[in-house]
Amino acid sequence: MTAQADVRLHPAGTTAGAEAKDPRPDPGVPTTPEPADGWTPICPLERLQRERGVGALVGGEPVAVFRTHDDALYALHNVDPFSGASVLSRGIVGDLAGTPVVASPLFKQHFALDTGTAVEDPTVTVATYPVRVVDGTVEVGGA
Amino acid sequence: MVVLAEESRPAYDRVALSSYVGEASEDDLALADDGFHADSLVELHLDDPAVAVDRDRRVVTTRKGRSVAYDELVLATGSVPFVPPVPGRDLDGVFVYRTLDDLDGLREAAEQATVGAGAGRRSGVVVGGGLLGLEAANALRRLGLSPHVVEMAPRLMPVQVDEPGGALLARLVSELGLRIHTGVSTSSIARDHRGGLTVTLSDGLELDASVVVFSAGIRPADGLAREVGLEVGERGGVLVDERCRTADEHVWAIGEVAAVRGRTYGLVAPGYAMAEVVAGRLAGDDAEGRFTEADMSTKLKLLGVDVASFGDAHASTPGALEVRLDDPVAGTYSKLVVSDDAQTLLGGVLVGDAANYETLRGFLGEKLPGDPMSLIAPAGDGAVGVGIDALPDGAQICSCNAVTKGALVHAITSGEAATVPQLKACTRAGTTCGSCVPTLGKVLASCGVEVSKALCEHFSQSRAELYEIVMATGLTTFSDILTEYGTGRGCDVCKPAVASMLATLAGGHVLDGEQATLQDTNDHFLANMQRNGTYSVVPRLPGGEVTGDGLIAIGEVARDFGLYTKITGGQRIDMFGARLDDLPAIWRRLVDAGFESGHAYGKALRTVKSCVGTDWCRYGVQDSVGLAVALELRYRGLRSPHKLKSGVSGCARECAEARSKDFGIIATETGWNLYVGGNGGFTPRHAELLASDLDTATLVRTIDRFLMFYVRTADRLQRTAPWIESLDGGIEHLHAVVMEDSLGICASLDAQMARHVRSYADEWAAVLDDDDKLARFTSFVNAPGTPDPTIEFVDHHGHRVPAGMKDGQPTDLGALGFDTSVPIAGPTIPVGAPA
Repeated sequence: MTAQADVRLHPAGTTAGAEAKDPRPDPGVPTTPEPADGWTPICPLERLQRERGVGALVGGEPVAVFRTHDDALYALHNVDPFSGASVLSRGIVGDLAGTPVVASPLFKQHFALDTGTAVEDPTVTVATYPVRVVDGTVEVGGA
Repeated sequence: MVVLAEESRPAYDRVALSSYVGEASEDDLALADDGFHADSLVELHLDDPAVAVDRDRRVVTTRKGRSVAYDELVLATGSVPFVPPVPGRDLDGVFVYRTLDDLDGLREAAEQATVGAGAGRRSGVVVGGGLLGLEAANALRRLGLSPHVVEMAPRLMPVQVDEPGGALLARLVSELGLRIHTGVSTSSIARDHRGGLTVTLSDGLELDASVVVFSAGIRPADGLAREVGLEVGERGGVLVDERCRTADEHVWAIGEVAAVRGRTYGLVAPGYAMAEVVAGRLAGDDAEGRFTEADMSTKLKLLGVDVASFGDAHASTPGALEVRLDDPVAGTYSKLVVSDDAQTLLGGVLVGDAANYETLRGFLGEKLPGDPMSLIAPAGDGAVGVGIDALPDGAQICSCNAVTKGALVHAITSGEAATVPQLKACTRAGTTCGSCVPTLGKVLASCGVEVSKALCEHFSQSRAELYEIVMATGLTTFSDILTEYGTGRGCDVCKPAVASMLATLAGGHVLDGEQATLQDTNDHFLANMQRNGTYSVVPRLPGGEVTGDGLIAIGEVARDFGLYTKITGGQRIDMFGARLDDLPAIWRRLVDAGFESGHAYGKALRTVKSCVGTDWCRYGVQDSVGLAVALELRYRGLRSPHKLKSGVSGCARECAEARSKDFGIIATETGWNLYVGGNGGFTPRHAELLASDLDTATLVRTIDRFLMFYVRTADRLQRTAPWIESLDGGIEHLHAVVMEDSLGICASLDAQMARHVRSYADEWAAVLDDDDKLARFTSFVNAPGTPDPTIEFVDHHGHRVPAGMKDGQPTDLGALGFDTSVPIAGPTIPVGAPA
C-alpha cells in the first residue's frame, strides 16, 4: 500500500485549547468507527498527548492524528511513503525552521503536519485530513 | 612499472607494526590504496624476489625464474634484522621483529604460552632496548606476556636519548611491567626441561622465557647489490650519491638499503624522501631533486610513555648548549640543545611528556621565540609555551610524509580541507604514525575553522555541554530545558538525546509524563520497530544464561503470538513480528515467567556476552559467566549516547569476543584485563587495553567510571571507539581520568552510577501496572483490537516474515543446490538433499 500523492487542502491546525479542559468523562468510542456527516470520531481530546500522535481508522484507512504543543490538531495518512509501513503516528513530533513536522520512525524523513509534504523530498507528500473537536471528542473528516 | 617483492603481501606500514598485535588488521596497515593495484601500468609480483641482475643486458631474474628487462632499476630491498651470534638463536620460540609473518608467529607462540596449564604469567625476552626493542616489548605485553628487555648499552634507546632521559624512561616502563636489564649482553639461549627457554645474560642472570625476540638493530639487505658488483658502504648499504644513483647510471637505491654518501638511514621519513627524489628524476618532473639531509626525529608512545628525540639530541654541534628540566616527581624530562648564543634550536629530548614535540621540532634550525627554559617549563609556571601561530610556514608538522605547516594552511585556506580527516586525505599528513593528528586540529583552529558542535537547530550546545547544563541546573523536563537554553519546539534529534540525559540524571520511568513524547518509537513502545511496522521483542538473558523452563516460556510466547524467532549475536533470543497491540500481552507472559526488559530498543546497555568460564571449561581461569551476569544486572537500563555492548571471556582464548565490545573483560591468572572501545558494524574496531590484572572490585569501579564518563561527554550516537579517539590524549587521557582521577570527577561518576544501580526498575513490569501507559499500545485508538490491515506475513522457508521482500527476491535456495519443493528446515521435514 502506498500513499496518494494528492494534497487535500483542508483547514488543518484547528485550535482546540478550550476543549482541552472539558471535564466530562470519556464518552467511550465504538470499536468500529462510524462516520457521521463525513466526520469520524477518534477519541477524547485528553487521550492525545501534546507533541505526539495516535493511529486511527478513518473510512478503512489508517490515519495519524497529532496534537502539538499549542493544542493544534493535524491528521495525515499513516503510511510512510518511503517505507510503505503504516507508522507515521508513532514518529517524533517537533518543528524544523518553525514548521511543525513528524519524523518517520523508520528512515527519519520529516513530513510537514499542515501540508503532508516531505521536507527532504518535496515531490513526496502524504494525504492530510481535516480535524475538529466536537464536545471534547476529536473527529477526522474527509475520508 | 614492475614491482618484485620478497614478502607474500603488498607493501604495508612497518612503522605501525606493533598495532598489528592490537587493533589493526593487515588491511589497516596496507600502504597503497586500491587504485595502485588497479593501475594497468603497475605490475606487482609477490613472493618472487630478484635473485640476479645482468647489468649489461639490463635484465633481472627472479627466484621463480621470471626475466624482467629494465630501463631503470631501483633497489629498495630494505634491511634485515641483525641477530648477534648468540648460541641458541636458531631455537623454536626465537623471533625477529620485522614482518607481519614474524608477528603472526610471535602471536601464535604467545597464545600457546599463555593458555598452557600452570600458574604465573609467562615471560618473553627482548634482546635490544632501542626504539624497535621497546615496541617489541609492548607487543609482547599486549600478547599477555611479561617482557624483559636486555640492552647492551648503559641506557634504553641509546641513539635517541641521553643518560638522564634513558634513566627516567627505564623507570617509567618498569612501572608498566617491563623488566629492564641494561649494560648486559645475551650469552646464550637454551631449551629448558619444560619446553620453555632459558636466556643467560653476561652477568650470569638466567631468565625463563616462552619467547625471545631479537631487535638488536638492522643491516641493509645489500646482498644482491654485492653479487652484481655494486659498491657498498663501510657499514653496508649500496653506495649512492645525493641523486640516490649508484655508479651504474641505470641502477638506483633508496630506503634502508641505500647508503647515501656512505650513510644509511633506518627511519621511514628519509626513505620516503629518497623515493621522492628518484621518482622525480625517473618521471622527469623533477630532474634536480637531491637527498641532502634527513629528519631523524623520533617520537614513540609506549602505553602512555612519551619519548621524543629530534635534531642534534646529543649536542654534538661545537659549542652547543643543553638546557635541561628533570622532574622525577612528575616523571618528565626535557632537554633542548641550542646554539652557543642560545638563539637557535638545534635539537632536543623529551621523555614522559612529549606534548610539545611537534611544535618544538618546528623550530629546528629556527630562531627561538623566547628563553629556551620557558619553552619546556610546565604550563602555569611562567612558561610562554609555543602556539601553532608562532611556527614558521616551513615547519614540518608531519615528518613521516614531510608535510609542512604551510602546506596544511594552504589546503585549509584553499577550501580543500575543513576537517582533520579531509586534511589527512589531501595532504597525507598524519597517515603514517599518526602522532601529529592532534596538531592538525590545532592548525585548523589557528586558521579559524570552527566545526559546529550544535546538537541540532534547537540547541547550539553540543550533547556534552547540554548534559553539563542539565546536571548543573537540575532541570527535569524537556520543555524547561528548551525554554531556558534552546529555541523552537525540538525535533527527533534533540528530544531523544535529552530524554536519554533525563533518564540518567532525573530518573523515573522513561514513559512518565512529557518524557514519553520525547522517545523514539522504539523507546516509546519498549520494542524494536521492524520494516513493516511490527516490533521485535528481546527479554534480558543476563550473561546469555537461560533455563529450560525459561526457554519453554519464550517458546510458548513465540508460538502463541506467531513470532519469528532468532538467536542474536549477543546470546539472546529475538522474537519478531509482534503487533503493537499484542506487546502488553506478550510482556505479561514474559514478566510472569520471570523475564524483564532487555533494552534492545534503547540506546542503553544491551548484553554482556560470556563464555562458560571455570564452571565448565577446562581452560577457563576465572568465572566469566558470574562476572557477566553481575555486570549485566549492574548496568541494565543505563541510557547512553549509543548502544553499549560488553563481553567477558574466562581466558585468553577469548571465546566471548570481548574485544569487539564497548567494554570487554578477559580473565588473567590473577584478575581481569579491561579493554574498551571495541565494536562491530560499519567500521569494526578491536577494543584497546585500558587496565590489566584488576581485582573484581577495581574492575567494576573502573567500568562504572568509564561508562559514566562516556555518558557525560560523548556526542549523540557516538560509540565508545570514536569517543575515545575524540578525547584529547585518547586512551591515555581516559586512563588518567578513570584510574588516577586526573579531572577530580571520579566521586561524582561513582555517585551517579550508584544512583543508577539503586534506582533500576524493570520498565516493562512498570508499564503492565499502569493503565494510562498500557492504553498507548493500540494501532487504532478509535478501533481497539482491529488488526492493522497493512501488516501481512508470508512464509519464507518455513518461517513467518513480512510480506513484500526488500530490495529484490529471497535468496534462491535452488541455486545453492537445495531441493526447494520442501522447506529446508523444520521440526518434521528432513533437510533437502543436494541436487
